[in-house]
Amino acid sequence: MAALRELLPPLLEGLGVTVQLALGGSAVAVLAALFGGTARLARSRPIRWAAAAYVETFRGTSALVQLFWAYFALPLLGVRLGPMTTGIAVLGLNAGAYGAEVVRGAVRAVPRAQLDAGRSLGLNERQILWRVLFPQALPAMLPPGGNVLIELLKNTALASLITLGELTFQSQVLRAETLRTVEIFTLLLLTYFGLSLVVAQAIGWLERRVRRRGHLEVAR
Amino acid sequence: MSFDLEFAWRVLPELLSALRLTLVATLGGMSIAAVWGLLWTVLRRARSPLVRGSAAFAVQFVRNTPLLVQLHFLFYVLPEAGLRLAPLACGILGLGLHYSAYLSEVYRAGIEGVPRGQWEAASALGLGRGTTFFRIVLPQAIRPILPALGNHFVGMFKDTPLLAAITVVEVMQRAKIIGSETFRYLEPLTLVAVLFLVLTVVTSRAIHRLEGAHAH
Repeated sequence: MAALRELLPPLLEGLGVTVQLALGGSAVAVLAALFGGTARLARSRPIRWAAAAYVETFRGTSALVQLFWAYFALPLLGVRLGPMTTGIAVLGLNAGAYGAEVVRGAVRAVPRAQLDAGRSLGLNERQILWRVLFPQALPAMLPPGGNVLIELLKNTALASLITLGELTFQSQVLRAETLRTVEIFTLLLLTYFGLSLVVAQAIGWLERRVRRRGHLEVAR
Repeated sequence: MSFDLEFAWRVLPELLSALRLTLVATLGGMSIAAVWGLLWTVLRRARSPLVRGSAAFAVQFVRNTPLLVQLHFLFYVLPEAGLRLAPLACGILGLGLHYSAYLSEVYRAGIEGVPRGQWEAASALGLGRGTTFFRIVLPQAIRPILPALGNHFVGMFKDTPLLAAITVVEVMQRAKIIGSETFRYLEPLTLVAVLFLVLTVVTSRAIHRLEGAHAH
């Protein structure tokens, strides 16, 4: 118990940073996924190519390589970001690239007649996207999208390697100070497992909500 | 500072030789994951609910915790338990363990895809449960899941830079060392990113073609 009292405060501090990273990264990821996924279906060829280049680059190179590149190499090109901003941006864009494929697949699975129906009702492209395609694609996006967010949560541990004081970083510091290796890393693994379960629960709740709303609309 | 092509060209051989270690780690990790993943799948089909439940929980736990933390755990905790491994061996073990959880799901999907009638036919022919599983069902389950196995192979390849955290000097750590010695991070780190991009795109294309060939 005494050990726990000694270990908890720094770990809780790290947990706060991890949660911040995960939430910030998720916000970036969702936006990047929606933009990237839709852009890959755009009519304009340059937009499609730009989106494909984004997705392929972030999926084709390793998340850790991207973090190091943004943290060590980017400043040499004149762009200087702090570790937190770098972490949120890189982890978010990385997950966003995987998410873009999820969005693309789900939107493409909506029957083409829906698009034609929207057009014949006089809706513009944006309205068709937001009012017709996305709502129908959402149920198909959620389960794989949730997996992408869990991967993002696990990837926040990588930010410890660019000196950000999140959970894994704090555990390393604690391990060096207290040498209670087994306790610290067991606690650390359990914490990440708990966080993953929270994300999975949240996605499950969203899924049920979306499905219920879908039924209501059909019933109406 | 701008990208110095001449410098990049000069450090490329050093990076390529470090890339060999990356490939060794991937191949080693994948071999372990392939066997261990199958073991999870077999345990999850065990008759005893206790064995089934524990195996399912273990797979969930490994899948839902970061590879980096698992590597730290193996690297720092195994020696306390009296098992001293070289960093590379420890890294390969960690990669293998982490991906075994993913591969277990892949195997499971493959096995569930084999028609029920195959089990019944084997049982009608008087084959035992084990023989049926390993000689009849598994060979039919492997072919359809080859693309998924390939994708995880690429995923593991992209995760090898994490071994740098447990002192393995693979290609990215080599780039970082070059950067800290010369104060030029841009060229080596960009080269590493390009190497990863080229190798993953080429491998993914090959897997995609395999998938296409299989469909016909």
